[in-house]
Amino acid sequence: MVPSQHINLVSFGIPEKGMLDKIAKSVGKAFNRPVILKEARLELGSFFDGQRRQYNADLLLQMVEERYASDQHKTIGLFQVDLFIPILTYIFGQAYLNGQTAVASGYRLGNERYGILKTSDQLSDRFAKEIIHELGHAFGLVHCYTPSCVMQASTYVEDIDLKNAEFCAKCKAKINAIG
Amino acid sequence: MLKKNSILIVDDEASVRDSLYNWFLEDGFEVSCAENASKALNMLDNLRFDIILADIKMPGMDGLEMLRRIKQILPDAVVIVITAFATVDTAVQALKDGAFDYVTKPFDPDDLSHLIRNALKQINLSTENESLRNRVVDLENVEDIIGDSEPVKQMLSEVEHVAQSNASVIITGESGTGKELIAKAIHANSSRRFFPLVSVHCGALTESLLESELFGHEKGAFTGAVYNRKGRFEMADSGTIFLDEIATISPKMQVELLRVLESKTFVRVGGHKTISSDFRVICATNRDLKKMVQEGSFREDLYYRLNVVNIRVPPLRERKDDIPLLVNYFIEKYCTSMSRNKVGVDKTALKRLQEYDFPGNVRELENIIERAIVVGNGKEIKLKDLPLSSEVSVNKTESLDELEKQHIVGILSKYNWNITRAAKALQVDRVTLYNKIKKYKLKQND
Repeated sequence: MVPSQHINLVSFGIPEKGMLDKIAKSVGKAFNRPVILKEARLELGSFFDGQRRQYNADLLLQMVEERYASDQHKTIGLFQVDLFIPILTYIFGQAYLNGQTAVASGYRLGNERYGILKTSDQLSDRFAKEIIHELGHAFGLVHCYTPSCVMQASTYVEDIDLKNAEFCAKCKAKINAIG
Repeated sequence: MLKKNSILIVDDEASVRDSLYNWFLEDGFEVSCAENASKALNMLDNLRFDIILADIKMPGMDGLEMLRRIKQILPDAVVIVITAFATVDTAVQALKDGAFDYVTKPFDPDDLSHLIRNALKQINLSTENESLRNRVVDLENVEDIIGDSEPVKQMLSEVEHVAQSNASVIITGESGTGKELIAKAIHANSSRRFFPLVSVHCGALTESLLESELFGHEKGAFTGAVYNRKGRFEMADSGTIFLDEIATISPKMQVELLRVLESKTFVRVGGHKTISSDFRVICATNRDLKKMVQEGSFREDLYYRLNVVNIRVPPLRERKDDIPLLVNYFIEKYCTSMSRNKVGVDKTALKRLQEYDFPGNVRELENIIERAIVVGNGKEIKLKDLPLSSEVSVNKTESLDELEKQHIVGILSKYNWNITRAAKALQVDRVTLYNKIKKYKLKQND
């Protein structure tokens, strides 16, 4: 069965084209659906919270929803800024559960922020996992307890390294059932 | 299907309610919200929630008053209070009034996760303990351990027994036998399965990196440490830590590790706060740790602390009956990942695989199958697709005596030096085997 919905990855100012291509490939493999990579321009100033010196992920998700929500595809907005939601100090990304849209940021995923040598491979691996994770929520999946499943919750960057960029058999079956 | 945990969020700020609502929904909770205390109390008249997460400062009835009223009606309710400004007075008052815990907003995602896990742990503790003691558990999540041979059945039976305990485990076996899969199977069948299994490949890290990796570091501990970083022991809290290639750690790290295993506490690099973590430790090695202890390169006290239970993963040459199953498994795996139709295996090719000794074990077989699918004709794996030399045996010796000696050593090792079983396998009598052992001066620990 050919899945009916495709996936849009919309980059809001991420310069590394090679990394995005690699991520798109991982996302396509995880969901077994066509992935379309897009670039968009956005003035981020209105999403910046001066007090917290971070960007409001709730507002960014609303913006992605208003611009891209459609039954034909799931869309995730990709950023390179520090995201927060009012109750939490930071987030890697968020999605409307069983909705059409999500957002994710690579800002906190690089080794260099934790005093370790920068590696672009690790950054793109982590970013791909977070994107697949958030899109998984958009497809209706909740957090999974299988240690290697991409839907395992990750609150620290090290947690992301513990899981694979793929769904466990149970989550995969749920994704496939959506069609 | 597991019953969903339920949570009631009580906060007057819509943005906070929405954020928490989404967060817990994604975590698999049944989530309800109330914008004030009165509405929450009305909901509690008809519904029961596992956890109630409530803001202290709300217009009308505040969170503390609501907490008191809830505790009068539902003394066992787990209530966590949220406060914008943490003052000792309000925190102490909340705890005195029966709150499970309190958090200051905005909070770290990890703090929230831990808080909720601890609350759930408290809720489930008594019933879970009881059920864990009594029930007979079937092994779960062992689908990656492929094999139907006696050695595999024996090993899985050991996994099943050891999984239910909290004992430290050393998994021994040659490279490529799948020691990490066994660690995963133990974790997945233990009472710690809902918490992380954290793996550390000790051999891949230098001493200082391993220290930072295991214990974590504080912001500013060294140049470039911009954020705090959790160590693997901390991440494994309530779960399992898997230390691969344990034989490679330095004497200094052996001392550190022993100390942590004994106290279950440690301090982050550059920090001064003692952190406690409740983890189970599973180690793996392809070396003979006992021999290393005798040679003085591995601490005896650490060895005995780690080696409460030993599980030996048999090399592939000792379970050749499993080769067809493994071949089939890897064919399915790689044909699926390469989006190809499933290929078959030519009889001669399969026979050659069953005759080969696989010094690289299952990992070598996996690589061979992956390569054969890539270079093959897409229908059937043939002998020419296998990167095996025409000589089947990997034995390089030319001497008949040496060949005999090696074979006897292999069989003795396979049967743990049980002379009767080894003699039976060799199809000689026990006296003959004893004579051969004497002739070749064989010793059990060689």
